[in-house]
Amino acid sequence: MFLIDCPYCGPRQQTEFHCHGEAHIARPKDPDAISDVEWADYLFNRSNTKGVFYERWVHNHGCRRWFNLARDTVSDRILAVYRMGEKPPRVKK
Amino acid sequence: MADVVTEMSPLDGRAGSGADTAVIVEHPHLSKINLRGDSGDQAFMDAVADAVGAAPPVEANTVMTAGKHSILWLSPDEWLVVTPEGKQGDMEVALAGTLEGQHVSIVDGTDARTTIRLHGADSRNVLMKGCPLDLHPRIFGPGQCAQSILAKADVLIHQLDDTPTYDIYVLYSFSRYLWDWLADAAKGFS
Repeated sequence: MFLIDCPYCGPRQQTEFHCHGEAHIARPKDPDAISDVEWADYLFNRSNTKGVFYERWVHNHGCRRWFNLARDTVSDRILAVYRMGEKPPRVKK
Repeated sequence: MADVVTEMSPLDGRAGSGADTAVIVEHPHLSKINLRGDSGDQAFMDAVADAVGAAPPVEANTVMTAGKHSILWLSPDEWLVVTPEGKQGDMEVALAGTLEGQHVSIVDGTDARTTIRLHGADSRNVLMKGCPLDLHPRIFGPGQCAQSILAKADVLIHQLDDTPTYDIYVLYSFSRYLWDWLADAAKGFS
């Protein structure tokens, strides 16, 4: 169980949140110009990082806001929480 | 001839329940208006203050009270304006008037949720059985509110005083379930 520090509401239990996978995946600028393989890669393929992983979360039982979170997938420690639109902070394990 | 529609709450007919030190009573039909706007815009804050009597709280998880009106913080740009029964139309018109021309949302949600008031020395202990919030008085006290989960139901909890007394806002469709859960959770306290 995580204690997640929502950037808007403060620390809350993980059950109030949902994780929506890897963050900072840019949508291709011109989807018509790329191949099916590239499009499938954008849609489906995600990294399976061992170590610091940046992911998107939503506080769906609280303020219903989205934000980003940096988590160490080995220790499950949450290293940083930052708002949508902010650059991912450099974090150490 | 049109039928006369009478307001009904899903908890109609349920008398107060719970334990001596954790009483549950329904406060149905409180007027609830969901308000969205930009708290960084002084014109928005002033216009709401003109209509309600107080500007929306900017600090997270807090409630601003002005007379019989309360404004509960829901998110950085979203609030719930709670006023006495039957006043939702007046409040909606007042807000729409002072906020005219601004980029806002004013939605009457009176009949979406009902309010269960939990009152008594053991109220906090009852809530703690099913709610992940830190309800310790050091963290959560009178004048604060939070959206969370209570026994798997989405709720908005507002602490009114140190007794403690809580107002629990819950969707109609969850209210009977939550009422029964609260009545059961209060057993054992007396």
